[in-house]
Amino acid sequence: MKSLILFFILFSLWLLMSGHYNFLIVCLGIISCVFCVYVAKRGKLIDDEGLPIFFIPRLLNYLIWLFKEILKSNLSTAKVIINGQVEPETFTVKTSQITDVAKVTYANSITLTPGTVTTKIQKGVLEVHALNSDFGKDVRTNEMDKKVTWLEGKK
Amino acid sequence: MFLAGLIACAITGILILVRIILGKTTFDRILAVNSLGTVIVIGISIHGFYSDRPEFLDIAIVYALINFIGTVAVLKLFSAGSLGGDK
Amino acid sequence: MVLILDIFTSICFFIGSLSIIIGACGLIKLPDVFSRIHAAGMIDTGGTAFFILGMVLQTGWSLITVKLVLIGVFIFFTSPVTSHVTANLAREKNILPVGKKIGKIL
Repeated sequence: MKSLILFFILFSLWLLMSGHYNFLIVCLGIISCVFCVYVAKRGKLIDDEGLPIFFIPRLLNYLIWLFKEILKSNLSTAKVIINGQVEPETFTVKTSQITDVAKVTYANSITLTPGTVTTKIQKGVLEVHALNSDFGKDVRTNEMDKKVTWLEGKK
Repeated sequence: MFLAGLIACAITGILILVRIILGKTTFDRILAVNSLGTVIVIGISIHGFYSDRPEFLDIAIVYALINFIGTVAVLKLFSAGSLGGDK
Repeated sequence: MVLILDIFTSICFFIGSLSIIIGACGLIKLPDVFSRIHAAGMIDTGGTAFFILGMVLQTGWSLITVKLVLIGVFIFFTSPVTSHVTANLAREKNILPVGKKIGKIL
């Protein structure tokens, strides 16, 4: 089942990237996609971690919210760089997700918004470096944590 | 318009090169090289539009992927002393 | 219609240029490695997002749009990984960030 989903993703990527639709080239595409799926299956890469399909129903909503956050923190980071008032701080936050994929998604979302960077991960505790005390407060309110737990959808 | 974007990319590249020359630690330099790669990807795509040949976008995709793999490989070599396999 | 699209593309390019130049200034100006990662993240997210939005407005709907969006998606997924790996390795090599520490850090 998951191999089939992976095959369709790879094959649509092939069709979009090539732009030529001969019989020969489409056949070559099918052969190479089947080979890629075989290699992934043999390396045991197709599981919940490699292809997290339980994210998909709520993904669009989360991505729109994330883009809004990225825009806001881009503005704040630009202000901090121009003004030059840098007061870095380091702290730890706890995660409330179950699976490892969701924890990685949370850490990557923190890193993706400029102004906060995850520097270490240990068993559900993240060490975060923030450029300013405002960014630090934003992370410590746990709003993003709740959003990612909602995206995971297992509670 | 496209020319203005190219000039902005060139100025940014020069500023990042200053950081590569000044950088105290290795991590500063690796970070700056990664940012330079991102700027070059943007520059290649804009140059494709500027000269009316959008085929340059394929090169930009490949450059983005190789930039990521190169950065991670250099960091792994720096931390472990080898790229896997026997030492 | 073409004029309106040109104006929007110019606005997007202006914001993107401003974003990458401020990011590069931050890369020079900020005090240590961990602070500079924020400036690099600004180049990776703000700059590429606005430049790619401007170029998408120029092409309309075709395969070129798909390739542009793919470049954006690749950079969007790979940028936090490189930032995190750099920061993590710098912490492993015992470089402590400047500034205050709140609570116990790992």
